[in-house]
Amino acid sequence: MDSIIKKICAGDVRSASRLIRDIEDKIPEARAKIKRLYSHTGKSFIIGITGAPGAGKSTLTDALITELRKSNKTIGVLAVDPTSPFTGGAILGDRIRMQSHAEDRGVFVRSLATRGALGGLSQAAGDAIHIMEAMGKDIVIVETVGIGQQEIDIINHAHSVLVILVPGMGDEVQTMKAGLMEIADIFVINKANRAGAKQLQMELTSMLNLSSKSAEGWKPPVVMVGDAFKPETFTENIVKLSKKIEEHHIYLQQSGKLTERMHRKAMAEINDTLHACLLEPVIKSLAAGGELEKFAEKIKNRKADPYSVAEEIAQRFFKKENEK
Amino acid sequence: MYFSREMQEASLKLSRKWEDNVQKSLKNNPDQKARFTTVSDKEIRRLYTPEDIKDINFAEEIGVPGEFPYLRGNQVTGYRGRYWTFRMFSGMGSAQDTNNRWQMLLREGQTGLSTAFDFPTLMGYDSDSPKALGEVGKCGVAIDTLEDFLALMEGIPMDEVTTSMTINPPATVLLAMYCAAADIKGVPLSKIGGTIQNDMLKEFIAQKTFMCPPEPSVKLISDTVEFCTKSVPRWNTISVSGYHIREAGSTAIQELAFTLRDGIEYVEDVIRRKGLNVDEFAPRLSFFFNSHIDFFEEICKMRAARRMWAKIMRDRFHAKDPRSLWLRFHTQTAGCSLTAQQPYNNVIRTTVEALAAVLGGTQSLHTNSLDEVLCLPSEHAVEIALRTQQILAEETGVANTIDPLGGSYFIEALTNEIEEAAWDYIHKIDDLGGMIAAIEKGFPQMEISEAAYRFQQQLDAGEKTMVGVNKYATNSTHPLPLVDIDEKVSEEQIKRLKDVRRKRDNKAVKKSLDDIRGACKKGDNVMPCCIDAVKNLATLQEICDVYREVYGEYKDPGLY
Amino acid sequence: MPERKIRVMVAKPGLDGHDRGARVLARCFRDAGFEVVYTGCHQTPEQIAAAAIQEDVDLVGLSCLSGAHRILFPRVVELLREKDADDITVIGGGIIPEQDFTMLYDSGIKAIFTPGSSLDSIVEWIKKNINPTSAEFL
Ligand SMILES: Nc1nc2c(ncn2[C@@H]2O[C@H](COP(=O)(O)OP(=O)(O)OP(=O)(O)O)[C@@H](O)[C@H]2O)c(=O)[nH]1
Ligand SMILES: [Mg+2]
Repeated sequence: MDSIIKKICAGDVRSASRLIRDIEDKIPEARAKIKRLYSHTGKSFIIGITGAPGAGKSTLTDALITELRKSNKTIGVLAVDPTSPFTGGAILGDRIRMQSHAEDRGVFVRSLATRGALGGLSQAAGDAIHIMEAMGKDIVIVETVGIGQQEIDIINHAHSVLVILVPGMGDEVQTMKAGLMEIADIFVINKANRAGAKQLQMELTSMLNLSSKSAEGWKPPVVMVGDAFKPETFTENIVKLSKKIEEHHIYLQQSGKLTERMHRKAMAEINDTLHACLLEPVIKSLAAGGELEKFAEKIKNRKADPYSVAEEIAQRFFKKENEK
Repeated sequence: MYFSREMQEASLKLSRKWEDNVQKSLKNNPDQKARFTTVSDKEIRRLYTPEDIKDINFAEEIGVPGEFPYLRGNQVTGYRGRYWTFRMFSGMGSAQDTNNRWQMLLREGQTGLSTAFDFPTLMGYDSDSPKALGEVGKCGVAIDTLEDFLALMEGIPMDEVTTSMTINPPATVLLAMYCAAADIKGVPLSKIGGTIQNDMLKEFIAQKTFMCPPEPSVKLISDTVEFCTKSVPRWNTISVSGYHIREAGSTAIQELAFTLRDGIEYVEDVIRRKGLNVDEFAPRLSFFFNSHIDFFEEICKMRAARRMWAKIMRDRFHAKDPRSLWLRFHTQTAGCSLTAQQPYNNVIRTTVEALAAVLGGTQSLHTNSLDEVLCLPSEHAVEIALRTQQILAEETGVANTIDPLGGSYFIEALTNEIEEAAWDYIHKIDDLGGMIAAIEKGFPQMEISEAAYRFQQQLDAGEKTMVGVNKYATNSTHPLPLVDIDEKVSEEQIKRLKDVRRKRDNKAVKKSLDDIRGACKKGDNVMPCCIDAVKNLATLQEICDVYREVYGEYKDPGLY
Repeated sequence: MPERKIRVMVAKPGLDGHDRGARVLARCFRDAGFEVVYTGCHQTPEQIAAAAIQEDVDLVGLSCLSGAHRILFPRVVELLREKDADDITVIGGGIIPEQDFTMLYDSGIKAIFTPGSSLDSIVEWIKKNINPTSAEFL
């Protein structure tokens, strides 16, 4: 086993963070490392946190860390923020809310930029989770971007998905639209001291009663989290929330749903890696030779159709692979 | 504005002629720049004429000093009876060091004291807290207990000199120390006067010296207002501050609007929470503005501020007492306009800014020292800064007449434009549900960030000039003698603190801290318990820790 | 070799909250195409060093206006060194009198930018001096 793998498995933060960086930068050698790391993964409980920008995802993550640390669980956090499509740069602002845990050795917070990914996470997120698992984190919390549209990548990675809503933001409709209704295992109404919280709770509950999900044995609970600025009640509510998360974990284990989710996750991983390992190199090599442009030109001028082009490419590339 | 139709026509004809001439002239002599703007990036026209102020109703909108809308000043006699207060902000090292500087300033003709505290004190930490590492006595005086405070006030006649304290989250504690010190010196509370800055909203917006969340922070402020209204009638309870908003990079309009809107928030809270009548406490509210480098914009901002506050108090709060309608304000020249490069140029900048403040009608003024961008001001630099004010007051004649620029086409037009833009902001914040709600949404923070970033980009692109920085830069340096705070200050301060902790009655301390905790939980006024606690030698941090425990700790929400 | 993205952290050690410069810098770094982690105000050197390592940044920019830089800046460098992370470049800015430069350079601060340094000059410096390495070379 090479030393970096050893170090990561021993929980070394620096090695872990560096490898995550290599994955983000698509350094080819990094994949080999993940291959070797893979047998050490799959043991953490993974919590996804999603919701509109500013809903309080990071604030809740921070509070959850505090709560979970009371029982000495080790925690990894991946916080994803958007990359600017114009400059390629990003301001990673989630960490700021979790800085009070910076010195706690049991907590590892790593920020990721989306780098063009649209599903609320980044391409590297999956492997970053693997790396945190290999480090032996009991729990990995993944905070999504929160752009509010296609925030569905998270179900392929997390065991429990928390959807954060805030009263008075027209969230209910947004929730339905974004398909968040289907992905939520637990709803959190944050800033519940604001007007409209009770109503939001009622609407959600009645929507949930109609949804098919409740028939499966787990009806997503709606947890009200009061004002983050009122220490006593806030802590109480966070305790409640973390209990619900635990209940959900137990439910997943006992109902066999956990294996189901692990299976779903494996399927997604095959899908993602096929994309990364087969499609991306093909496209890259075509683009490098200028062929991609030529194919596009042909299709544009109706000299060829996209299916034939795809077949031609497939023949060429994948035959080669077979012959080898 | 016009006295007759004929006059207007003649004037318009002349203006048109001038415009034609401009067009002709531009062909051969083009302008140096495409846009002519203030430092806040507000566009200024080439010429202002009677047309620009034709709709102004003199009696209602300009008026005379001492009458609504107070555009031209609160005082009927202007500066003839009394100049503005020359108030130099100072504080350094230990209480003893600062007391020495104060004695010097009073000897040199300063008329009021103004305290700078070090960062641990400002943030509610004791000098031996790990958070205080490297900071003790650096940017101001370190105060941990009443003993330090008594050393600070040694030999200062508390019934004659007023003291301003730039203190925010722990304002209750410092006010309590001031009251306790007066008590010990035998000066009745009715005789002491001074100011605590006590403006938390601008901390959330701009300066980031915060401790508890906005809601309870405002509650503590209302406690001090109530307490002073009843027991310390000469105390200025809140100094609603735009200075720091501006230093954080806002425009003049943002500074004006956010400051006045903060003022509204405080007034509303005191009325709602304490049930006081507006005229009982509003006369003791004061304001604090920045005087930046753009001369006319600053004058107009200050004039607009007076008129707007008068309208706010009259129309929004139905105040009756004229003193409630007065916007009294302190001014500090802009720290952010000074440059570390060619530092002697800072004297010129400060002079221009101070002049703007005087023409804007300030009641009190701090002029920055030329070395303030580099370190704490040296005694010599402070003296030049103080002399700058004295020269303006006593040599230049600018204080001879009230509001000398009033009636200028440009000044009145710009005053109106600034006021209008500021109202837009105020209404926007009203729509967001008030300042606390706006802060939670990051609205003012975001606006300021934008403005600050825009300015920096304009500076980098050479569209804005800072002499010695992005133009006329030289390599030759004229090194300044810099003031340095010895790390010994910290050691000695920590030793003093430990001695106090050892010798005091710890049971009594615990009891008085419990009393504060009880008052916080019940929503009672904390001031009486605070005074007891400081008398028992509870430390600043011990009291602030109670606040943090009950109210929660506010952390930097980060970027906007 | 794929192009490596530069990651930087902007941090404010100490108790002063004057974060205008820090915030302007963070935005400028984003616009320069860097990934920027901002820690917020009121950070201890310990928090900053820990965060820098967890985030695997190439560079930490410290901003301090309170005069505490002489103690706080070297402390950050020292902590990084203790954790075998002295390949993370540390630069500083804020109100830093020239007489302190030597002492800071000696302590391991690689560059100092005072008010008046143009944003471009800072970005240029970073692009020239920062060369992200891979985990291979650890
Ligand atoms: N009043 C109130 N404010 C809250 C509460 N929770 C969070 N906030 C504030 O809401 C703002 C956004 O909180 P974050 O935790 O950063 O939200 P987020 O969902 O992580 O935001 P992004 O990552 O930017 O999408 C911050 O200013 C918080 O202080 C709450 O319960 N009550
Ligand atoms: Mg967040």
